[in-house]
Amino acid sequence: MNLGKSRASRTFIGFLTILRREYGRIIRIWGQTLVPPAMTATLYFIIFGGLIGQRVGAFDGIPYMEFIAPGLIMQAVITTSYGNVVSSFFGAKFGKHIEELMVSPLPPSIILLGYLGGGLIRGFLVGGLVTIVTLLFTHLHVDHPLLVVASVVLTSVTFSLGGFINAVFAKTFDQINWFPTFVLTPLTYFGGVFYSISVLPGWAQHLSHANPVLYMVNTFRYGFYSHSDVPVGTAFALMLATVAGLFALAYVLLKRGTGIRD
Amino acid sequence: MLALSLRGLTKTYQNGTQALKGIDLDVEEGDFFALLGPNGAGKTTSIGIVTSLVNKTAGSVKVFGIDADRDLEAAKSCIGLVPQEFNFNMFESPQTIVTNQAGFYGIPLALARERAEKYLRKLQLWDKRKAMARSLSGGMKRRLMIARALVHEPRLLILDEPTAGVDIEIRRSMWEFLREINEAGTTIILTTHYLEEAESLCRNVAIIDKGRIAMHDCMQDVLRRLHSETFVLNLREPLSGAVPVLPVASAELVDPSTLEVELTQQQDLNAVFTALTAANVHVISMRNKVNRLEELFMRLVTQEGTAGSAA
Repeated sequence: MNLGKSRASRTFIGFLTILRREYGRIIRIWGQTLVPPAMTATLYFIIFGGLIGQRVGAFDGIPYMEFIAPGLIMQAVITTSYGNVVSSFFGAKFGKHIEELMVSPLPPSIILLGYLGGGLIRGFLVGGLVTIVTLLFTHLHVDHPLLVVASVVLTSVTFSLGGFINAVFAKTFDQINWFPTFVLTPLTYFGGVFYSISVLPGWAQHLSHANPVLYMVNTFRYGFYSHSDVPVGTAFALMLATVAGLFALAYVLLKRGTGIRD
Repeated sequence: MLALSLRGLTKTYQNGTQALKGIDLDVEEGDFFALLGPNGAGKTTSIGIVTSLVNKTAGSVKVFGIDADRDLEAAKSCIGLVPQEFNFNMFESPQTIVTNQAGFYGIPLALARERAEKYLRKLQLWDKRKAMARSLSGGMKRRLMIARALVHEPRLLILDEPTAGVDIEIRRSMWEFLREINEAGTTIILTTHYLEEAESLCRNVAIIDKGRIAMHDCMQDVLRRLHSETFVLNLREPLSGAVPVLPVASAELVDPSTLEVELTQQQDLNAVFTALTAANVHVISMRNKVNRLEELFMRLVTQEGTAGSAA
């Protein structure tokens, strides 16, 4: 196989192929991948934003509907990024078509980046859809657009990596549902999506600082309203460190072939 | 040049099973090579290590001189694999599966589409290019895996039981196709349970048993090692009396119209026919009792088993 192309160029084509395959999968099953988060966000806006939110009033000077909007967008990004990679990679393991990639000359780092790219694409598509739904109920003004984009990218990559690591260790479909149900959902609900942690008692505020979702939601919210429960610089640094740590772990697992190679 | 060179290849699984016990194997460039052995002998493990689907415990793998430990990506780019089990996404179309596989090997999309068409047509799958893979028949799925393995035009094609469950007509057409690509320069390593397939296609053979190479030679020399061969003769008239005296190692009347004769390498069939003609016994057809390679294979494996139990 001599195509007269450099190894870097061939590797890049391989990376794009994984992205194209992941995008194709997201679009092929759009009823499972794109619609449910938009539907859920709509229900949240009607019930929490509209019916209950009117009685709650403002949070730190921000109307409740507007306050929860960034959190709801981020919640959708978190769950779909995680869900995309965990189901795609575990599905490939289960159906054995992960072997298509394993026998190819693509290095583990590119395979990992390809799956993360898939999570990122779905995170952005769903985040965009939920934003459209949001705009039907309230308005959003963006103070720091770059911060908004950067926090979505970092959050999506973090949870894509989480989904990847879950899929590496999972042996059954039950095991890919366990983490989202018992860990991810509570972290998201207690991560400041629906409230500011300033309303919590002291001990609960301290406990909340151990929740990584809190930093992601607040960084994202800061991008809209310049309001955050945590220092944005610290939050950003923590998010970068989390991505680096999880990437290193996922890379080592893939290189060793944990869960996919005897 | 060697297409594949294995040295001291060892694999011990986590449950303690020692699947490979130090395999040394060379396959010449351009060869059509059979890797045979009973179930669990270590064939698929060896192939898995070469294609990096299985981690080795020790030893080395070189593909066209490229050490897989030093440059795994370069070594892998030379190999195409047709595995034993279906391992493609059943919800994708053959066209997507083959095109994507080309992309994983760094082939640009336009060329990948051309190649996908070329190989899907060659494997008679073009009409099914848009069908969901799970709707294909068993034979079509096997051919899809061959098209996928060839799309990056590998120098070494490894086929692990490629014709399992395929009907005889398609199997024959697959043999023709494999002969064609071998003649065009692709080195082929084939594992199969159809020993007739290996005897008909392959020039060299290795027999692996219990994680070791039990025999490695060219097919003709391997077959010459058979000390005797049994033929089944169909007689025109049923034989009423005793079997005539024949210059053979043994002769047995299976039924009044079927005679089995075993000949050593020193004996010849002409003498048998002369003796039968003299006794007024006429033969209307003749065949080998079992495939020659199968006979040798069974003897080797049985000997190994006996030696193993004696030890």
